[in-house]
Amino acid sequence: MATFFDQHFLFLISLAKVAVVLLVLLTIIAYLSWLERKLIAHIQARWGPYLVGPHGLLQPIADGLKFLFKEDVVPLEVDRVLYWLAPFLAFTLAFLSIAVIPFGEGFTFRGHTIQFQITDLNVGLLFIFAVTSLGVYSITLAGWSSNSKYPLFGGLRSSAQMISYELTLGLAVVGVLMIAGTLSLRGIVESQRGFWHLGGIPILPRWNVFVQPIGFLAYFTAAVAETNRIPFDLPEGETELVGGFHTEYSSFKFAMFFMAEYANMVTVSCLATLLFLGGWSGPVFGPSVLRVLLPIFWFGLKVFCFLFFYIWMRGTLPRFRYDQLMSFGWKFLLPVALLNIVATSFVVAWLNA
Amino acid sequence: MVPLSHYLTLSAILFGLGVAGFIFRKNVITIFMCIELMLNAVNLAFIAFSRYLGSLHGQVFVFFVIVVAAAEAAVGLAIIIALYRTRASLAIDELDSMKM
Amino acid sequence: MVALFYIFAAVAVLAALSVVFQRTPVYSALSLIVVLCSLAVVYLLLGAEFLAVIQVIVYAGAIMVLFVLVIMLLNARQETPTDRSRLARWLGAPLLAALLAEILWVVWKQFPPASTPAAPAMDAGPAAIGQLLFRNYVLPFEVTSILILVAILGAVVLAKKQL
Repeated sequence: MATFFDQHFLFLISLAKVAVVLLVLLTIIAYLSWLERKLIAHIQARWGPYLVGPHGLLQPIADGLKFLFKEDVVPLEVDRVLYWLAPFLAFTLAFLSIAVIPFGEGFTFRGHTIQFQITDLNVGLLFIFAVTSLGVYSITLAGWSSNSKYPLFGGLRSSAQMISYELTLGLAVVGVLMIAGTLSLRGIVESQRGFWHLGGIPILPRWNVFVQPIGFLAYFTAAVAETNRIPFDLPEGETELVGGFHTEYSSFKFAMFFMAEYANMVTVSCLATLLFLGGWSGPVFGPSVLRVLLPIFWFGLKVFCFLFFYIWMRGTLPRFRYDQLMSFGWKFLLPVALLNIVATSFVVAWLNA
Repeated sequence: MVPLSHYLTLSAILFGLGVAGFIFRKNVITIFMCIELMLNAVNLAFIAFSRYLGSLHGQVFVFFVIVVAAAEAAVGLAIIIALYRTRASLAIDELDSMKM
Repeated sequence: MVALFYIFAAVAVLAALSVVFQRTPVYSALSLIVVLCSLAVVYLLLGAEFLAVIQVIVYAGAIMVLFVLVIMLLNARQETPTDRSRLARWLGAPLLAALLAEILWVVWKQFPPASTPAAPAMDAGPAAIGQLLFRNYVLPFEVTSILILVAILGAVVLAKKQL
């Protein structure tokens, strides 16, 4: 006898998944800001936040309250519609791409299979690129609508940078697609199962990072440029352009840009894990509850490694000058990605012959 | 199931709006955007037919239309920039003589 | 599912009206982006999944960025109404109405709602389109790549400050 749950199963489960993923993502973003401040502080031989809660762990909550209650200063001559639209657009798009990212295997519950993914599109990877390419507008409109020199320069520079590195981002992934043969993210992770054996002993997991090292480096560099992080953060660098495109924004709208940037970082790290590090593959043992949760743990660990690397780069590297940035993207990274595609296609065709 | 004529009606309405903008607007860039609107209306008709006739060739044609629209947008906007540099006006009424 | 088409069709028409009737070019460009995205959803409803994402990535995400950046570069302000030519308005509107009526009449006569059963959903993924593209349409594909090269060269030359 089908209960209410069974009949509307898909709808209820999707709703639950969306709620859980949003909550988890918001918490991760909040604590990513804490992690960044602590890590950069320790790199710079100082303490970082330590007053609010043990080791400053309640600092994100204090920051959130601050953003809510701060005065919202809106300059006089801004273009009202676009000024309000830009941060909300950035925020929405940043959270939209989480919808196709798988976190682990599924489990069965009362005869229904529940996968740890909100939806599995056939063209999941292209969906993420589509959302990324729409994200250029939020920064462009923020810069334009602020009606002021520094935001305008920051916005235009940033949009030029983002559309340049989007190309490399897409091309760097084509090698992985040729190996996996599918655009669905779950399919790409499935193609990285297992180990390579040498004399019967498994020595290396079948991760794409070992097969596509150049693609991995090109992807990660382009991803850092896409998310406007150091060393590619000239559009919002404090010492260069005051605040760049978010100079004229305050309190809640600034917080939305901030959260959108961290959410983009998380998405890009999740994508790097899925495409190159084998997703949620890792040793799985124990009772069935542990078997379901351990893949998620391995996935989270790999994503955390990427986020740690992001923050490490921020504390260590200087930023590119704008012309260096553009020529690096067009004259070095794009040809490297193209050569990677050519080489990979030859090898794949030869191996399949 | 949505009948084919509804898709084609939407396509015709978008095309008509594109033509309306093309005729009535004065700003060169807006006219260009109405041309893009017309192209999209035609793309919709192609894909609707591709689905209802069961053939993928319609979708490949849309692929080419999108690519050609991209090339056309690049060249058209470059022409508009060059025009703006010499005439300092984006009103199509004032771009009416070959003399500088 | 069927209601989704009507919702996004209404969004597309409203956004298209906004493209045509907005005075500020930036708002027209943003409305055109809304049209493109709602059309992408309609393509998805028609089963053309690859083309829907391509529409968003290429059309809404690259071509329209070009438009928006050029509008910002040229600092296009609001349009002021002109009275240089009434001919366009007085002759154009009835002719446009006639064109629209004619197209709609042909469509509704040729494809009455009941007579067109939908073909079964075909595989419109990247692999299938790629097969067609690189087998039947390989010549147009290569010619298009030359076309894009020519367009790039033309755009670079035309937009230079000094030739």
